[in-house]
Amino acid sequence: MIAGPIAAADWLVIAPVLLPIVAGAVLLMIRHNVRWHALLALVVLAAMAGTNGLLLRMVLDKGPVSMTMGSWLPPFGISFTVDALGAAFSLTASIVALVCCAYSVRDVDATGRRYGFYPFLMLMMAGVSGAFLTGDMFNLYVWFEVFLISSFGLLILGSEKAQIDGATKYAILNLVGTTLFLIATGYLYGTFGTLNMADLATKAGQIGEAAPLMTLATLYLLAFSMKAAAFPLNFWLPASYHTPPVITGALFGGLLTKVGIYALLRTLVMIFAAERLVLAGVIGWVAVATMLIGALGALAQSDIRRIAGFLVISGVGIMLAGIALGSSGGLSGAIFYALHSMLALSALYLLGGLMRQRGGSFSLHRLSGLYGASPILAGLAFIVSLAVAGLPPGSGLWPKVMLVRAALDVGAWQIAAAILLSGFLATIALGRVFILAFWRVEVSGDQTTTAGALSALGCTALVVLVLAMLAMGIAPEPFIRIATTAASGLLDASAYVHAVFPAGIGS
Amino acid sequence: MEAVFAILVGLFFAASIYLMLSRHIIRILLGVVLFGNAVNLLIFTNGRIMREVPPIIAEGLDVPAGAVANPLPQALILTAIVISFSFFAFLLVLAYRAYQEIGTDDTDGMRVAEPADDGLPPMGY
Repeated sequence: MIAGPIAAADWLVIAPVLLPIVAGAVLLMIRHNVRWHALLALVVLAAMAGTNGLLLRMVLDKGPVSMTMGSWLPPFGISFTVDALGAAFSLTASIVALVCCAYSVRDVDATGRRYGFYPFLMLMMAGVSGAFLTGDMFNLYVWFEVFLISSFGLLILGSEKAQIDGATKYAILNLVGTTLFLIATGYLYGTFGTLNMADLATKAGQIGEAAPLMTLATLYLLAFSMKAAAFPLNFWLPASYHTPPVITGALFGGLLTKVGIYALLRTLVMIFAAERLVLAGVIGWVAVATMLIGALGALAQSDIRRIAGFLVISGVGIMLAGIALGSSGGLSGAIFYALHSMLALSALYLLGGLMRQRGGSFSLHRLSGLYGASPILAGLAFIVSLAVAGLPPGSGLWPKVMLVRAALDVGAWQIAAAILLSGFLATIALGRVFILAFWRVEVSGDQTTTAGALSALGCTALVVLVLAMLAMGIAPEPFIRIATTAASGLLDASAYVHAVFPAGIGS
Repeated sequence: MEAVFAILVGLFFAASIYLMLSRHIIRILLGVVLFGNAVNLLIFTNGRIMREVPPIIAEGLDVPAGAVANPLPQALILTAIVISFSFFAFLLVLAYRAYQEIGTDDTDGMRVAEPADDGLPPMGY
């Protein structure tokens, strides 16, 4: 047992999860007072971003930190263990959620608020942060379910026909995916007798041939690839992400697939390192297929939200490529790309929402003349497109450079070629959006669209994301440093293990 | 004892995967509920089945006196049951609403979100 009061640093570890859970409960209690919802959500998300920032600074200064619930010593108590990877993901996620929440103030109507948009948002953020910060496999499963059930709520808010159709496919396939995760975790417990990640990372190297570790690693790969929407398990994503209001798409596209990538990094790279090496070829080809299918899918769509959905998939392939390479350079590239992709894909959805506000439609058949109507929006769209496609000065360039170099270092020419080709195809897809929606003169004879003015708050939200992406693209050194620290923490888990077991395992 | 349970779990998985491969939402849902129960049984078996005494530590001791049953799988299953039950309740309502709105429970006919005649984007202007 752990005696004595809880240290202040321990509270900091749990704060990014505690804040949204409490806020979600409070919002449910005041669900009839919808006036306060947005304000409370904004304050709590800002506090989350603040605590995540402090947490990241602490982790970068002192190495991983850990706290264990209920005064039980690990591995018996459930540990929350934060390293640079978890803190960086959690911080970026809370910043994206804060920006999306600001955008949602004008976008979510009174009905959406009364049916619980903000409580769902809070609980989803609790699940996402919990998944990034936890140090226990079963607890990770619980956080997956927390954000999954909240995302169901967000997805069907509004009950349009298309939403219900999309939500059915999303709900069933994601439930099967997390159940696969639970199967793997059941076997994991049967094999190791522990669920603590630090404990697992140590024991996986020692147990050797005596246990079916390949089966476990493959099951985790299957389960988390489904969550991350990797080919050939990606079909639920383009079926559902374009159906809810654009703000929900922005949150999902930015955050949820990255939780799958994070879980893959944690399990395959940190715990099952030897098994990942055997699976590297498979993961590499899955990554190549995911990148190209996503980019080709984006080329074939005429709805901006569906283009964004396919670009989410393409980005998942790029992150998987880093996991397939498994070197320090490849992993830091994948981690940096994940941070970039949270910002960039949310920005792309928000851009779609603003184009709809100004041009009256999401369809490339209808949108036109936006360059003349709103030069500011055109400027923002230009930078967002560059960032998503991975061109300078956007934030997508440097992680791709790192990944291509890491791929060429080990002679994985197919991965390098696929990264470059998918970037080229994404440039064409987004360039066409720009040409048709912004440069094309007004399409005549179409009176069905309802164009309006841009909301200042929505524009500000997008400007914040664009500035963050420009900062990442122009001054990438601090982000590369964080990504490299995170990657080395995964490759050599001794600091992570030491944070959980200061006196060594078994003592 | 474990072998019998392992075969039972296998049968559960086989039946649930067969049901989930169906085109009809209601069969898929039956498959999902079987799938969840298969996993619960799997975790239970993974915790080793033994006829030991309940894991209650006598007063004044820090550890149990003899061999006791493993309480952790039961805690895990309890969590998993609650989660899968709530998900299943949600899915039932969702499937019913989908049937009301779209008028079919055949997944091939559910093309509202992704219409089959969704044309290509404009090739030029």
